[in-house]
Amino acid sequence: MAEQVLSRPGRRDPGRARGGSGGRPAAGPDGGPNGRFLRTLRRHLAAHGFLIGAVLCFAMFSWYPMIREIIMSFQQTHRDKITRQPKTTWAGLQNYTRIIHDPTFAQAWKNTVEFSLLALLIGFAVPFVTAIILNELRHARGYLRILVYLPVMLPPASALLLFQYFYDPNYGLFDHLLRMLHLPTSQFVQSSSSALVSVTVASTWMNMGGTTLIYLAALQNIPGELYEAAELDGAGILGRIRHVTIPQTRLILSMMLMLQIVGTMQLFIEPFILTNGGAGPNNSTVSVVNLIYQYAFNLSGSSNYNSASALGVLLMLVLGVFSAGYLWLSRDRD
Amino acid sequence: MMSPARRPAARKIAAAVLVAGLGVSAAACSSSKSSKDAAAPAGGDGPVTISVACEPPTSQAKQRAEWLQDVATFEKANPDITIHGVDTYPCENTATFTAQLKAGTEPDVFHMYFTDLNQVLDAGQAADITSYVNDTTVPGFSDLAPSAMAAVTAGKTVYALPTGIYTQGLIINRKLFQQAGLNPDQPPTTWADVEKDAKAIAALGNGIYGYGEYSAGNNGGWHFSSEVDANGGQMVGGDGKAAFDAQPATEVLQALHQMRFVDGSMSPTQQLKWGDLQKQMGAGKLGMYIAAPDDIYNVIVPQDGGNVDDYGVGPLPSTSGTPAGSLSGGDALAFNKHDTPAQIRAGVKFVAFSELTPGQGQFNYARTKADGLPVGFPEPLDWVGATSAKNEQLKAASQTVDTAHFKTFVDAQEKGMGEPTDAQAVYKTLDATMLSVLQDPNADISSLLKTAQTQVNTLLANAS
Repeated sequence: MAEQVLSRPGRRDPGRARGGSGGRPAAGPDGGPNGRFLRTLRRHLAAHGFLIGAVLCFAMFSWYPMIREIIMSFQQTHRDKITRQPKTTWAGLQNYTRIIHDPTFAQAWKNTVEFSLLALLIGFAVPFVTAIILNELRHARGYLRILVYLPVMLPPASALLLFQYFYDPNYGLFDHLLRMLHLPTSQFVQSSSSALVSVTVASTWMNMGGTTLIYLAALQNIPGELYEAAELDGAGILGRIRHVTIPQTRLILSMMLMLQIVGTMQLFIEPFILTNGGAGPNNSTVSVVNLIYQYAFNLSGSSNYNSASALGVLLMLVLGVFSAGYLWLSRDRD
Repeated sequence: MMSPARRPAARKIAAAVLVAGLGVSAAACSSSKSSKDAAAPAGGDGPVTISVACEPPTSQAKQRAEWLQDVATFEKANPDITIHGVDTYPCENTATFTAQLKAGTEPDVFHMYFTDLNQVLDAGQAADITSYVNDTTVPGFSDLAPSAMAAVTAGKTVYALPTGIYTQGLIINRKLFQQAGLNPDQPPTTWADVEKDAKAIAALGNGIYGYGEYSAGNNGGWHFSSEVDANGGQMVGGDGKAAFDAQPATEVLQALHQMRFVDGSMSPTQQLKWGDLQKQMGAGKLGMYIAAPDDIYNVIVPQDGGNVDDYGVGPLPSTSGTPAGSLSGGDALAFNKHDTPAQIRAGVKFVAFSELTPGQGQFNYARTKADGLPVGFPEPLDWVGATSAKNEQLKAASQTVDTAHFKTFVDAQEKGMGEPTDAQAVYKTLDATMLSVLQDPNADISSLLKTAQTQVNTLLANAS
């Protein structure tokens, strides 16, 4: 009977669902491990078939490069003095030592963390406030939603070239407006004191559309009765936001927070385009990923891919630890 | 929905297609390998196809047309050889080049700068062409400039054919010089004069600046090196350590800082890299910047809309007025290590035809003149001896540019100096120094140089 039940598609063996064998015989033509494997395989064949494409893509373009990166971070490539052919050898922690001693290393991490904090202050708050305003509006909400989302449709490189023009201290739009208003002008990305903030503003403008729509969707799911009850209790706008909106969107907010931190730690294209290569004045906008790019592609010495891999592994570890910590905390809470 | 009975058949078909595909791929791979036959004579290789880098981009319409005409002529004379041009602009982009070397995806005949040889060899991507190049296969081969041949040779092995050499000078906008009341036939030779002339040109207003400089894309460090060389300093000393933290570099950076923040003769827009200053020069908004003369005829005139008569070249500025040297470099075409002997032979034949024969290809001065492109810029000679004489004679016969515009540059006879070890890494570090000098009104030049020297020493120690 157990065999018949098992052979029917769509039914699960309660014993196996709990991870045990359910007292079934350990071996036999149909009941042994091979038989079970074949039956399971047959039952999930379609699912496996559909998965193959995705798994292959992940394997080729995500997992293999990750594994290769880790291996390369412990290797060095040099030209053999006798054969004149490139030779790869194990190098222990040499690549890690090498990048840690690079004077730009500490600066890149400092800039990346600073950008993440700035992005949290500007890039996290602005879309949330924008979503609240959009949610409160009675008219033209659809048009405004499109307006907010428009920058996301611009290719990042185009949007940043636009900002490069806006920021130009010679003929740029922003300084032109500041001059018209008789306000002091700024060097924006051309000055070490304002470069990172300027990068953050451009980045926020480019990316806030999507985040705003997600917040807006979350806000629209909040039952109206909660706001009515809060109003009856005498809550003003700020009170409603504090006691209804934020608690009701906590899950979305925390998820977006994690995604934003992971995203901002991988800052690359914004400084790369705005500062013509990513370093900025006094290396004020060089990020960890910019440094990886510079190691890999901009330097002519040997073993630069290995240095880039070592820095990539460090970044992966930092983000991995952060993400694991976040998941662990959020699992407990929920 | 597909019935279960049909699934195995579908899988079989898919498997058959996959196997067939792999078979075709394998056959394609094996055919390219098996055609290797080093002993086959040049005339008996059968059909050969090669991809060749540096086809001029569409934005350089006339040069592109000339290149394509060369390909057509060559293919007509060599019906077994097919050339596939690869047009990228610039011809070599550092990031793409590095990635291609790593992936082994360079064209069959690929461009490299003289300074790239070590990187190419470290990647194991260049074919040994020693036995393929001689006076028969490359007429005038033994006349090629020894300094150029040294740049493409490791030990006794030749890896590429040099196609151009440069030293740098000070490109000036003669029209702006005249408008500012300056003598364009006497470009400034000292930094003090550069400052004075730049100030006069910037006074013209209307978005015009007197002097331009790079500080991004490794180009700032590149120019810094040339300026230090010209000012009597050196980038790396005999002991292999950075040696630029000295008076010559300080003087250069002081002059730049003075022009940017005291005189206001440099634009507040900095972080510029190769291509940006050429555009400003072509638009008539810039008075001077440092470059090899080929910037005028390769970029400013054909691409950025400049008028050739508006430009001249002087020697690199220095404190003394006589440049102690100039960063020297050049272009070469190397051969992919995956090339078959037949492809190398075809490539050598094409490079000799289009890049290394006086009166043909890039040295077809009569055609260049007929196309309305400038002829006669002074540049270091690609050859010595009889081939050089022949080339100079052909150039003089089609001369269109006024040599008086370049007289001071030619008379200075700048001594070409090589680039530092791990040049791109050094340049990248010095980009930050240049940018600080050009964007920080309170830049402490002494401290910046000290920091840069320490950083470059770290790089040099790691590179060894």
